[in-house]
Amino acid sequence: MSRFLGPKTLLLLALLSCLVANRATASLNSYYLQIALFIGINIILAVSLNLINGYTGQFSLGHAGFMAIGAYTSAWFSTEHAGVIFHFLGGANFFSVNILFLAALLLGGLAAALAGLLVGIPSLRLSGDYLAIVTLGFGEIIRVLIQNNEAVGASRGYGGISGYTNIFWTYTLAALTLYTVLTLVHSTYGRGFVAVRDDELAAGSSGISAIKYKVLAFTLGAFFAGVAGGLYAHTTRYINPGGFDFQLSVQIVIMVILGGMGNTAGVTLAAILLTVLLEYLRFVSSYTFLPDVLREITKNRMIIFSITLILLMLLRPDGLFGGLGRSRPGRKEAE
Amino acid sequence: MTHFLQQLLNGLSLGSLYALIALGYTMVYGILRFINFAHGDVFMIGAFTGYYCAGWLLPLFGVDHVGFGLIGIVLAAMLVCAVLGVLIEKLAYRPLRQRPKLISLITAIGVSLLLEYGGQFTFGPDPKAFLDKAPDAIRDRVQDLGLPLDGLGDLILSPLQLMTFAITLALLGALVLIVKKTRLGLAMRAISNNPTAAALMGVNNDTVISFTFALGSALAGASGILFALSYPSIDPLMGLLPGIKAFVAAVLGGIGNLPGAALGGILLGLIENFVGASAFSTYRDAITFGILILILLFRPSGILGRKQPEKV
Amino acid sequence: MRQLSFFSWALLGILTLTAHAADAINIGEFASLTGGTASFGQSSHKGTQLAIDEINAAGGVLGRPLNLITEDDQSKAGEPSSILQKLINNDHVVAILGEIASSRSLEGAPIAQSNQIPMISPGSTNPKVTQVGDYIFRICFLDEFQGKITARYSLDTLHAKTAAILTDVKQDYSTGLAEFFKLNFTTGGGKIVSEKSYSSGDKDFRAQLTEIKSAKPDVIFVPGYYNEVAPIAIQSRQLGIKSPMIGGDGWDSPDLVRIGGRALEGNFFSNHFTPNDSTPTVHNFVAKYQAKYGDIPDAMAALGYDSAKILADAIRRAGSTGGPALRQAIAATKNFAGVTGTITINAQRNADKSAVIIGIREKQFVKVAVMQP
Repeated sequence: MSRFLGPKTLLLLALLSCLVANRATASLNSYYLQIALFIGINIILAVSLNLINGYTGQFSLGHAGFMAIGAYTSAWFSTEHAGVIFHFLGGANFFSVNILFLAALLLGGLAAALAGLLVGIPSLRLSGDYLAIVTLGFGEIIRVLIQNNEAVGASRGYGGISGYTNIFWTYTLAALTLYTVLTLVHSTYGRGFVAVRDDELAAGSSGISAIKYKVLAFTLGAFFAGVAGGLYAHTTRYINPGGFDFQLSVQIVIMVILGGMGNTAGVTLAAILLTVLLEYLRFVSSYTFLPDVLREITKNRMIIFSITLILLMLLRPDGLFGGLGRSRPGRKEAE
Repeated sequence: MTHFLQQLLNGLSLGSLYALIALGYTMVYGILRFINFAHGDVFMIGAFTGYYCAGWLLPLFGVDHVGFGLIGIVLAAMLVCAVLGVLIEKLAYRPLRQRPKLISLITAIGVSLLLEYGGQFTFGPDPKAFLDKAPDAIRDRVQDLGLPLDGLGDLILSPLQLMTFAITLALLGALVLIVKKTRLGLAMRAISNNPTAAALMGVNNDTVISFTFALGSALAGASGILFALSYPSIDPLMGLLPGIKAFVAAVLGGIGNLPGAALGGILLGLIENFVGASAFSTYRDAITFGILILILLFRPSGILGRKQPEKV
Repeated sequence: MRQLSFFSWALLGILTLTAHAADAINIGEFASLTGGTASFGQSSHKGTQLAIDEINAAGGVLGRPLNLITEDDQSKAGEPSSILQKLINNDHVVAILGEIASSRSLEGAPIAQSNQIPMISPGSTNPKVTQVGDYIFRICFLDEFQGKITARYSLDTLHAKTAAILTDVKQDYSTGLAEFFKLNFTTGGGKIVSEKSYSSGDKDFRAQLTEIKSAKPDVIFVPGYYNEVAPIAIQSRQLGIKSPMIGGDGWDSPDLVRIGGRALEGNFFSNHFTPNDSTPTVHNFVAKYQAKYGDIPDAMAALGYDSAKILADAIRRAGSTGGPALRQAIAATKNFAGVTGTITINAQRNADKSAVIIGIREKQFVKVAVMQP
C-alpha cells in the first residue's frame, strides 16, 4: 500500500473509476457483463472470508450461509418495500432506485452480520476441526431454514427480483470491502487478529481478548458476504436455497487458499482468476481437439477443485501468491 | 406402545449404522487428534465395492447360502477400504503431519471431494441399485431378508436388521479386544496419550498409525455394505451426510472414546428417528447440527469423554 | 436489439473453435447432464438431439441446418443464469430448449424473456414457469393437471376414501403437486389422513412411514423423484404397509424399478408417455431412439424430442427466426402430432394434452389409463 497516495485517496479514485467503468461498459455484451459482475461479487466473498480464515485463523466452511441470508433479505426488501420508498421519493427514478438498492444491500449485510455474530459466539470455545464442522453445520441449518420458509418461496426459490446490480455498485462495494479489511488489518486490530490466529492462549495472556477479535472477524466477514449475496440476487434475479450449499462455501474457501491465507491482494487475484476459469471451462468442454477424458473432467469442476486443494496443501500451502506482499506484520514460524 | 417400540427399533437400526462409522472417526481422532473428513467417502467406496463384487461373489454361494455371500461382500469391502485408508494416509496426511492442523484439515476436505466427485465421474452420478449386478433370484432373496419376521405381532423386525445389529456388536467387540488386549492396541493407546514418548519407547508410530487407519476404514467399509443393504440406492455422494452425522455421534459420545462412539451413534439414530416421525421431520438435518453445536458449547468432551486440560 | 462490440466479436471468433456452417440456425439447450438429476437431463438431451438430427437429415428448416448448442447446468441452481446469458449473448441462439426441473426453468426464464428469445420447456410442470412472460412456453402438462388426474384415479379407479401424502419438501415440484392432489382429492370426497415430509437426499423414511401406517390410508400419494420413491416403496413394504402408492412423472426412470424391485408392485404414477404405447407415432419413435442410443426412451426423452420438433415446426410456420415472429408461431401451435400426444399451446402458453396413468406390474411399466383434460 503506497504511503504517497493515502488509503482514503485511493478509495476515492477507485469510486470514480467505478463510475467511469459503469458508463463505459453499458453497451457491453450482457454475458461478459455478468461475468464481470460475478468477478466483483467473488472478490467481496473471498476477501471477507479471508478476514475470518486467513487473518484470524478461524476455519469457516459456512460462508455460503451468510451470503444466502444477505441475498434473501435484500431481495425481500427491494421487492416488498419498493413501493414505500418510491412513494416517498417521487416514483421510480434514478435516485430512488439506487437508494432502495443501497438500503436493501445494507439490510442484507446487517442481517448476515447478525448471523455472523451468532456463529461467532459458539466459535469462541472451538478451534480448528471442530469449528470447521460447526460452521458447515450453520451453513446447512441456514439453508434448511430457508427451504422450510414459505414466505420466501421455500424450495420454489425467490424470483422476480429487479436487476439493480451494475458495475458501479459491485466494484464500489468491492473497493470498500478491500479498504475496510486492509485498513483494519494494518491497525492494531490487525495485530489482534493475527495474534489470535498464531496462538490464542498467548494472546489471551497478553491481554488480547480472543473473544473480541473472533466475534469481530465473523461479524464483519459475514456482513460483506451478505452484501455480496444481495448483489448476487439482483444479478441473477432468482435465488434458490439449493444454490447456497456446501459446494459454494468450498468454492470460496478455495479462492482464499489459492490466494494465500492472510494475503488480501493474492485472494483478490485468486477470486478473479477462478471466476474467469470456471466460465472458461464451459467452452473447453466443447474443444473437440482435446482428448475425451480431459473434456469430461473439465465438465466436473469439483474434481479440479479437489485435486487443486490437495496439491496446494502438499506443495504450496501458502497459496499461489503466498510470497506476494504478505501484509502481515512480522512473521512466526509454524511449528 | 407398540408404535413407540417400533420407532425405537427403527432408531436403533439407524443408530447402529452410525455407530460403526463413528467408531472409525473416533479411532483416528484418538490417535492423531485429526478429523478424517474423507471417512464418510471411504464408507461410500465400501458400498460401491459391494456393488461391483455382488455380481460374481454372491452367485458363488447361491440363493440358499445368501447369508454367507453377504458376509463375503462385507469382508471384500473391508479389505478394499482398509487398503484405501492406508493409501490416503500415506499420500495425503503423512507428509503434512508436522504442519499446522489446518493444512491437514483442508487436505482431508480435498480428499473427500476427490472421492465424491471422482466417484461421480467414474461410477456415474445416478444412484444405482445396490445388487443390480447380481442375478434376480439372489436380489429378490436379499430383499426378502428385509421383510418382517413372523410371530412378532405388530412389531416389525427383519432378519436384515438383526444381522446389522449382530455385525455391529461383533465388530465393536473385536475392536475393543484389539485395543485392549493386543500389543498393537497398546501401541495405539500409547500414541494417543503421547506420541513422542511412545516413539521413544520403541513404538513405530508410522506403522501403528497406518494400522489405525486401516482398521477405521475397514469398519467404514463394513458399514457401507450394511447401509447399502438397508437402503439399496447408492451414489457417489452418499457418504457426505452419514459421515457428518457419524462425526456428530462421535462427538456426542466423547471423541476418542470407543464405547462413546457406539453410544453416540445409537443415540443419534434414536433422536433422528423420533424427529423424523414428528412434525419437524424436514428440519431433521438441521437438528442434528444443532445437537453438535449444543454439545460443543456445553459439554465438549461428550457424554463419556473426560475433560482434557489444554497444556500450554 | 443486442449490440455487439468489437471485443465480443473478437472473443467470439477465438472461443468458437467448433466450425459452424455459415447459415446454420443456432438453437440453445440447457439440461442437467450431470449431478443429482442427471438422468432427466441426459434423457431429454438425447431426445432433443435425435429430433435435431432427423430434421437436419431431411434438409433442415427454411433450407438451413439446425445447430444444437447444449450446456450442462450440473443440476445446480445458479448455473442456468450464466448459461442463458452465454447462449443468448455469445452464441446468438434463436430459441432455448430447457429445462426439466421447474426451479432451473424459473431461473433461466427471466433472461430469455428480457432478451425476447422464446424458451420452450420440455418438462417443467410448475405453473409459475410460463407466468414469467409471454416468451416462455411449455409442451408438457401442469402439476395442476397431474394432481387432478391422480386424485381422480385414486378416487374412481382405486376406490380410495382416505389418502396419506408424503412430500419432498426440498423440491418445489413435489410440494406443488401435493397441494393439487390434496385439493382434488378432498373436493372429490376423500379425506387426507396423514401428511408427512422428507428432503431429497434422505435415505430413511421409516419414521414417516410408521406414522402413515398407523393412520391406515387407502392410498399413499408420493409426488417425489424416483431416487427417493424407490427406497420409500421398499421400506413401506418392509413395514408391512399394504396400500398402493401413487405418484407423478418424477417416478419415470429405469432406475426406479432397478432400485425398488418387487416393492413397487401394484403402484401407479402419472406420466406424459409410455414406450409400450402401440400407436405408430410412438412405435416409430421408440424404434429410432433404440437404434441410435440402444435404450428405450422414457418420458423425458419423448418430451425433449417433441420440444425440438415443435420448435422446428414453429420456425417453418413463422418463415423467419426473429424473436417476436417465432414467439407468435409457437403460441399458435395447434394439434401438433407429438410423441407425447396431440399438443395444442393454449393462451397461458401451456400444453393442452392428455396424460397416461402407468401401473407397475412384474417390474414393468404398463399403461393402465389415459386421462383427458
